[in-house]
Amino acid sequence: MAHSTSTLGIVSGRLDSELLEQNFEDLHAPLSKHEALVASDRCYFCHDAPCMTACPTSIDIPLFIRQIATGTIDASAKTILSQNILGGMCARVCPTETLCEEACVREVAEGKPVEIGRLQRFATDNIMSKNVHPFDRKASSGKTIAVIGAGPAGLACAHKLATFGHDVIIYEAREKGGGLNEFGIAAYKSNDDFAQKELEWLLSIGGIKIEYGKKVGSEINLDQLQLDYDAIFIGMGLSGVNSLRCIGEELENVDNAVNFISELRQADSLLNVKVGRDVVVIGGGMTAVDAAVQSKLLGSQNVSLVYRRGKKDMSASIYEQDLATSKGVRIIYNATPLEVVKNNSTLNVKFGYTETIDSKLKQTGETFNLAANQVLKAIGQNLSEEINSLKISNGKIYVDQNGQTNISNIWAGGDCVTTGDDLTVTAVAQGRDAAIDINSQLMKQIKKEGQ
Amino acid sequence: MADLTSNFVGIKSPNPFWLASAPPTDKEYNVRRAFEAGWGGVVWKTLGSEGPPVVNVNGPRYGVVHGSDRRVLGLNNIELITDRDLYKNLEEIKRVKQDYPDRAIVVSLMVPCEEEAWKAILPLVEETGADGIELNFGCPHGMAERGMGSAVGQVPEYIEMVTSWCKKYYSKPVIVKLTPNITDVRKPAAAAQAGGADAVSLINTINSIISVDLDIMAPSPTIDGKGTHGGYCGPAVKPIAMNMVAEIARNPETSELPISGIGGITTWRDAAEYMVLGCGNVQVCTAAMTYGFKIVQEMISGLSEWMDEKGYSSTDDFVRQAVPNVTDWQFLNLNYVAKASINQDDCISCGRCYAACEDTSHQAIEMSADRKFSVIDSECVACNLCVEVCPVESCITMVQQEPGMIDPRTNKVVEEKHGDWTTHPNNPSAFAAE
Repeated sequence: MAHSTSTLGIVSGRLDSELLEQNFEDLHAPLSKHEALVASDRCYFCHDAPCMTACPTSIDIPLFIRQIATGTIDASAKTILSQNILGGMCARVCPTETLCEEACVREVAEGKPVEIGRLQRFATDNIMSKNVHPFDRKASSGKTIAVIGAGPAGLACAHKLATFGHDVIIYEAREKGGGLNEFGIAAYKSNDDFAQKELEWLLSIGGIKIEYGKKVGSEINLDQLQLDYDAIFIGMGLSGVNSLRCIGEELENVDNAVNFISELRQADSLLNVKVGRDVVVIGGGMTAVDAAVQSKLLGSQNVSLVYRRGKKDMSASIYEQDLATSKGVRIIYNATPLEVVKNNSTLNVKFGYTETIDSKLKQTGETFNLAANQVLKAIGQNLSEEINSLKISNGKIYVDQNGQTNISNIWAGGDCVTTGDDLTVTAVAQGRDAAIDINSQLMKQIKKEGQ
Repeated sequence: MADLTSNFVGIKSPNPFWLASAPPTDKEYNVRRAFEAGWGGVVWKTLGSEGPPVVNVNGPRYGVVHGSDRRVLGLNNIELITDRDLYKNLEEIKRVKQDYPDRAIVVSLMVPCEEEAWKAILPLVEETGADGIELNFGCPHGMAERGMGSAVGQVPEYIEMVTSWCKKYYSKPVIVKLTPNITDVRKPAAAAQAGGADAVSLINTINSIISVDLDIMAPSPTIDGKGTHGGYCGPAVKPIAMNMVAEIARNPETSELPISGIGGITTWRDAAEYMVLGCGNVQVCTAAMTYGFKIVQEMISGLSEWMDEKGYSSTDDFVRQAVPNVTDWQFLNLNYVAKASINQDDCISCGRCYAACEDTSHQAIEMSADRKFSVIDSECVACNLCVEVCPVESCITMVQQEPGMIDPRTNKVVEEKHGDWTTHPNNPSAFAAE
């Protein structure tokens, strides 16, 4: 092997292919049928179940688990997918420990919730492996909706619209669909090209066409879309990356964590993915954790994840933080980057310690330095640009409770909007709900046209 | 440690746990293993008349009703009596008894309902040195079609007749094993007593179809596309069996008749329940078939610990102790009032009590926006459903309302004196009965 964990600089092939494959295995292995039956047996079938309330897409969890327990796995999958068409991906990437499984009464009773995420995966994998699509389209409405972005929000919206009988054209800036499922999530959460398989399966409903390489603002124009389509849904995500606002940010090998993850996800072989010997990741969300953990799994010797606030403030869950530390990532809390300095062939990042006084983050004045070959920024993303006359609020697209923007025939959802957490499952819920609202508006229109 | 030795109708064993006549006691090898594991006695698998033995099916004999985590709740079988040669069985019985003189060996028998048949086999059994016989009047499948098993047990006159033959041709204790596939178990028990039985044992298995294969449209277990009813046993039958035991124990006519309890006994506690309801000892099968012979160790240690806690020095101290408290519904105290009470510290907010009460009972539990569940005393009839559906043991309890308190449901004062249906004003025959 040419390189090892200690090879200086940013190189690929620090670990052999066998070790890489092992490192990037499914984080949560799929349940076998026996395991699923044992796991499903633990569900109490709660009244007005707390897990269901905790799910952003309100999946009827007790029902789908009971359907697994009674041997009707397709019915179980349909229960899941009728609320969340990306139930397969959500089963893999949802932070269940802060959603359904945290709310599970068995978590309260025993500190060991029903394994809802893995059961959901069991049911959805089963139906998808048989290539069964359990939904039909209604008769054609004659309406066509443009969806911007083939990520979770856009796909959920498009699928729902298709079931209502509308036609959908999705404009996707990249050459591949799936959005963050394809580009932005740790590989060990979505292996075996699952995002593409799920996309293909989703499209089998019919009535949805995707045009790739069409970016709003450059290849396509929102004003024109408004003229050409009956409604528009924007699920474009956040393409900009927040800057550190510190000296040296522009230096070589100070990269965006999202790019690092995206390159890793798109690599033909993990053997070709380059990673530093000493990696410093700055941030406190899932992207930061995904970047740090994957650096370690690729063979970095030292990976530090530095977050400016405390453990409890971190938006990555305690579970995710524990996962990172279990893989050998060092998490440093309460430190903010001050300066990145080039030091021969390596970088040196100077951090200032912080403390929270009267709910305000302040620097203590003490500093420390971390040597790094690679610095990965993961301190949030932004819209990167304003879009026509859409109202922006807190840097994101403003929407009302129905997902409608300030413009009457434009809806939006997912990470690009002001409401909700930046989670796949939230994006799915918003896309779905916007589709329901779009449909009801279009139905009113059709009724009027008929009169 | 409490003394567990048992003397059941003169048959002594180091503990009251016997293996019932069934597959686990079919041959020497199994019985030796059972004794090594600590079982107090066995009832040897039923012997038939001399001659070519019966044959069993060559497909599945058992079917199961599973509970949570594939726990065996009920077991169904279509196995017949021993399919081994009579003399081989007799030899083995004799040899095992010689090697384990302190253990009880009772021989189960099923031969045609003719005096000659019994007259022929009984001396052979006597010769083995076994401690007694058990008459299999219970098997509901297969043998019943040939006029034996439950076909005899369902006709009290036959029970009395065959029992008297056995008493005539056999010197040791005769236990009559009763079938539950009848309407009133007191009748066959009385018949056995009239025939001179030393004891009855019950229950044998219950006629059952365990499940249906929906693909081939046939009962399971299926033999070449067909199924037949089998005999049901295991934990699921315990409540049915215990009622039958209690009916015999509290019937004045048979209250002196010793009983060996059988039906779903799985733990020491099950055994103790049977014994306080009138059984001098118990017989186990399904639990052994599910977990192996080792379970007797828990039964021995459990019963012993409980006896020590309660201060019982021998099993005689507690046998029948609950019989006086088994009564008819009409004598239950209608002035006793209880209310459900939910311990909020133990509650895990699953809401099952609410769903059960709201949908199927008395709408006596309320649910707050933050999922706190509490009992509405003015609606609660103390039915106990919430207690039983709650996944947390003892989270919901029934609290007796003290005499003098007002029951908010009826707005009546809880009375101290007993008042039952026999004297209740709504009972048209209440005063006539006086």
